[in-house]
Amino acid sequence: MCQGATETEDMGDNVTEELVDVTDEAERKLLEELLAKQEQGNLKPKDRYEIPPQDIPEQDPVERRGNVNEVALGYTELQARLEAMRCLQCKTAPCVKGCPVRIRIRGFVAAIGGGDFREALHIIKENSLLPAVCGRVCPQEVQCQLTCTVGLKFKDPTKAVSIGRLERFVADLDRDSESVPDVAPPTGMKVAVIGSGPGGIVAAADTRRAGHEVTIFEAFHKTGGVMVYGIPEFRLPKAIVQKEIDVLAEMGVKIVCNFVVGKTRTIEQLMTEDGFDAVYVGVGAGLPRFMGIEGESLVGVYSANEYLTRANLMKAYDFGKGADTPIALSKRVAVVGGGNVAMDSARTAVRLGAEKVYLIYRRTEKEMPARVEEVHHAKQEGVEFHILQSPKRILGNEDCLVTGIECLKYQLGEPDESGRRRPIPIEGSEFRIEVDTVIIAIGNIANPLIRQTTPGLDFNKWGNIIVDEKCKTSLEGVYAGGDIVLGAATVILAMGQGRIAAAAMNEYLAAKATRRS
Amino acid sequence: MANKIVSKASLSDDVFIAEVEAPLIARARKPGQFVIISKNNEYGERIPLTIADADPQKGTIRLIWQRVGKTTAELADMHEGEEIASVVGPLGRPTHIENFGTVVCVGGGIGNAPLLPIARALKEAGNKIITIIGARTKALLILEDEFARISDELIVTTDDGSYGRKALVTEPLKEVCRRDPKPDQAFAIGPAIMMKFCCEVTREFAVPTLVSLNTIMVDGTGMCGGCRIEFDGKPKFVCVDGPEFDGHKVNFDLMMKRLNAYKQQEQRAHEQYKKHRCKIGLDE
Repeated sequence: MCQGATETEDMGDNVTEELVDVTDEAERKLLEELLAKQEQGNLKPKDRYEIPPQDIPEQDPVERRGNVNEVALGYTELQARLEAMRCLQCKTAPCVKGCPVRIRIRGFVAAIGGGDFREALHIIKENSLLPAVCGRVCPQEVQCQLTCTVGLKFKDPTKAVSIGRLERFVADLDRDSESVPDVAPPTGMKVAVIGSGPGGIVAAADTRRAGHEVTIFEAFHKTGGVMVYGIPEFRLPKAIVQKEIDVLAEMGVKIVCNFVVGKTRTIEQLMTEDGFDAVYVGVGAGLPRFMGIEGESLVGVYSANEYLTRANLMKAYDFGKGADTPIALSKRVAVVGGGNVAMDSARTAVRLGAEKVYLIYRRTEKEMPARVEEVHHAKQEGVEFHILQSPKRILGNEDCLVTGIECLKYQLGEPDESGRRRPIPIEGSEFRIEVDTVIIAIGNIANPLIRQTTPGLDFNKWGNIIVDEKCKTSLEGVYAGGDIVLGAATVILAMGQGRIAAAAMNEYLAAKATRRS
Repeated sequence: MANKIVSKASLSDDVFIAEVEAPLIARARKPGQFVIISKNNEYGERIPLTIADADPQKGTIRLIWQRVGKTTAELADMHEGEEIASVVGPLGRPTHIENFGTVVCVGGGIGNAPLLPIARALKEAGNKIITIIGARTKALLILEDEFARISDELIVTTDDGSYGRKALVTEPLKEVCRRDPKPDQAFAIGPAIMMKFCCEVTREFAVPTLVSLNTIMVDGTGMCGGCRIEFDGKPKFVCVDGPEFDGHKVNFDLMMKRLNAYKQQEQRAHEQYKKHRCKIGLDE
């Protein structure tokens, strides 16, 4: 784990030398004292509470408006160890209950505190295959960190132990090392994984580890799914995702891009003609939802999917400097929605040079599904929040170009079925904002491609695939997970389902192999 | 998945035809469907091209395209034996083929390419085929012989009168619609403006008309929604709901504006590319 040193030095480049020295020295001393107390067996919870929560170094908000580089720069070794020392090592480990894949959080955090980063990563990898990704994009504040005793003690969830940042820290140290999982001897069974997003990657890795011949089919020309077309570089660098794909390739997973299952070949063809014994369907969310208001097809109205795909996957920010995919040269942008995708869109618009970016959301900030950190970052970067407002129509000129957006003001009523207070429009409260671009980020509906071409596969009324607790579908040998099952979910939930499905597939294939022999 | 160009030729100054190795697509494809291609997987743009024909035995598809922007120009500069970085498909819903009776097939410019396999399938399904194909000028007229072979009647027009009848395709279309009995079904494929006016003619005579739309796309699988049109007042995605639609319900004016959304940027990119190819000696 000697990369740790280099990592720390790299961080140093972004801060003034002097500052580093002073902070470093104080931090080092504090850590030494804590470790000494721990050694003597008299490190009290009080001592742990007194450790200041470690902030993660970030790119300057003004500077980062002009680039697509990652915003959060990652802990230094000292910061990580101090942050880890804040963990009380609760016997009940409430954090673990909040983790969708049940990582042994207490164990890995203790290992970081003790400086054994290799062990920490080893513990994480027992349950999670993509720690560098999840450490960055998991909504920890509503998962592991929500129930953290330290956060509860301070009555402030932002003061919980920063489990996600710690996960990221150890994962990043490992990035250059070669840790390719072992693969069991060939079983003669073939697995098709449809979609190379987080669920697909995990399903592929876990079934390959069991010795099956695994092929990933990806519709795009690049692998990674939502992690490369959706989540921007400044939040999740593409190189991190590519590293995970490279590991799969080294494990012997075959990767086929530009292959649309349901169109190029159907699931039935894969199973009956191409000899696949099991299939994992992880095709992701699908079609962007629009609001059904006037003016939504005007020039300058984007779905967040389109806007982000152009900017991320197609690198439209480099248009004219190599990249061939254009994107609107916006001056004033309205983003509609309050989730992470809305924040990603707004912050991307900032980076593409928009002078004004408005985020329009019909409830209040409290009800926003976006991560607190993303909201905070968006504000820092100058995104203007318009809460309790929602578009009524989008206005255009004779050339069908967007000229503005007409909104209604809202107030909150009683909680609805989602448990959030229902937004109620205020009659006659219409007002206009002058914009040239509108980005609709209000979610997706299920992609119909698999449904249209896979007879016998059961779907619910929203078009999501129905699975049992093992992620098994109504078709023998076909498993599914992620957004196509859950609707809108997260990277970690998709990953969790990929893992559950892979375990079930391995079981199914073992039984099939026995029957065959 | 090599996507090798097996053969390539030009049909007119700016229209090119190529056979491309794509065995899975060649086998799966049906008339009316398209592929998305990209010249470069790092920086290239993704553009939809109709599959003009396919040979499942040879494992090739036929693409016909017009040089209008950077990517189509780059594609035009490729040679036999070279590989296209990405070819994905077949996308979109296939044409619904049945025996309607008499079908009038109207093709304009590059639209003749997607029209041909549809007209052929309609002929095979027992329809009487009246074909009207047109182009701005003789040099831009493509696939006349192929249409002649499958049509019961073929009318050719050019805008400037350099070949066939000097007229827009809407003129003979109107005459055909006036006949008794009138055609049972129309297909119109070509530039948006041509489809719009064809639909205005057929609406007058209540002849059901299908059009095949070629809007701006990124993924081609429904994910981005960039290709959406206003259909009967509601948004529809050309890539998954189309590419064929009842032309009488399409808002062509809005679609044309959306097609021009990136015109300035596209022109700039194309100009840059032209300068570049000049420098490296592709232009004599």
